[in-house]
Amino acid sequence: MSQDNESHQPNNILDNEEHDVATEEHHDAHTEHEHTLYSEPLFNIGQFRVTNSLLTSWVAVFLVILLSIAIRKKTKKIPGVFQGIIEKVVEGALDMMDMVTNDRKKSKKIFPIIFSIFIFILINNWLGLFPGIGSITYNGTALFRGGTADLNTTLALGLFGVIAANVFGIIMVGGWKYFNKFVNIKAIIDIPRKIKKEPTIVLINPIQFFVGIVEIISEVAKIASLSFRLFGNVFAGEVLLASISAMIAWGVPLPFMFLEIIVGIIQALIFAVLTLVYFTIAATEHEH
Amino acid sequence: MELTLLAKAIAIAVGGFAPALAIGKIGAKAMESIGRNPESTSKILVPMLLVSAFAEAIAIYALIIAFSIK
Repeated sequence: MSQDNESHQPNNILDNEEHDVATEEHHDAHTEHEHTLYSEPLFNIGQFRVTNSLLTSWVAVFLVILLSIAIRKKTKKIPGVFQGIIEKVVEGALDMMDMVTNDRKKSKKIFPIIFSIFIFILINNWLGLFPGIGSITYNGTALFRGGTADLNTTLALGLFGVIAANVFGIIMVGGWKYFNKFVNIKAIIDIPRKIKKEPTIVLINPIQFFVGIVEIISEVAKIASLSFRLFGNVFAGEVLLASISAMIAWGVPLPFMFLEIIVGIIQALIFAVLTLVYFTIAATEHEH
Repeated sequence: MELTLLAKAIAIAVGGFAPALAIGKIGAKAMESIGRNPESTSKILVPMLLVSAFAEAIAIYALIIAFSIK
């Protein structure tokens, strides 16, 4: 463990704490899995570095594809138990989306993206708890690690969600109107046009223009908050489980495992619902 | 005295204070409204969890900063 200390000096943020906690209990013969903020690279494909989080994400994608093919092949007119469960889940998801969008047609349009985000994040979160993730090692580093415990994955998901919401807004509302939500040129043009009917427009419209500019900053804040919320929850859960298991490995981690399962569902749900809210807001006309 | 250690501790201690208050307030309001109208429990449950997770996210931001101070 001391060699890894030198090689990863800037990354071993938590190594001090784990060492202090575990050092009285066991000076291990086996190396402890240290928890770095960054995921460790495994091998290179050309110039592209494959990390253990990326590998776990690929496993999650593979599982999702397997599940989808299984559902696709077994659909019949009179549903069996498995298909019944899936249909109930889809109905429930559509109903929950209706609470936000208030429009069944819009819900059905956005459903594939939102549900895929939910399932992908859920499976990634839960794979981080699976036995074998973190303990199977390859050249000293763990071979698998929770996909969403890496800031890269969550940042990518956050970027994807917000950019997709903007693109959806452009598709639904039209390019010029959507552009005017941010850089409100229409407000500036309306000043000379409407100044005779409503003289107060000279005061109001510049403020509207400024608010539009601030909305751009809020888009960047959305990306940051989405990614950091998911990353923080999953990564803190990993660290918590590692610390508790380092202290007492028999029985006590059980309620924490339960907590992590629940946190996995809730965080996936929140990410999906927030992305849905951004989609809905982007697709509504600018209210006056 | 180890200043980085103190910084980490203060970051998470101060950063966890307001979210804890917020989640307590959300829970209290939810309990009150369930007490007034027990039938609405299932309608209140999901929005309450959602808003609690938003409040908790702020504590998570503080935790991330505490982790990344070296």
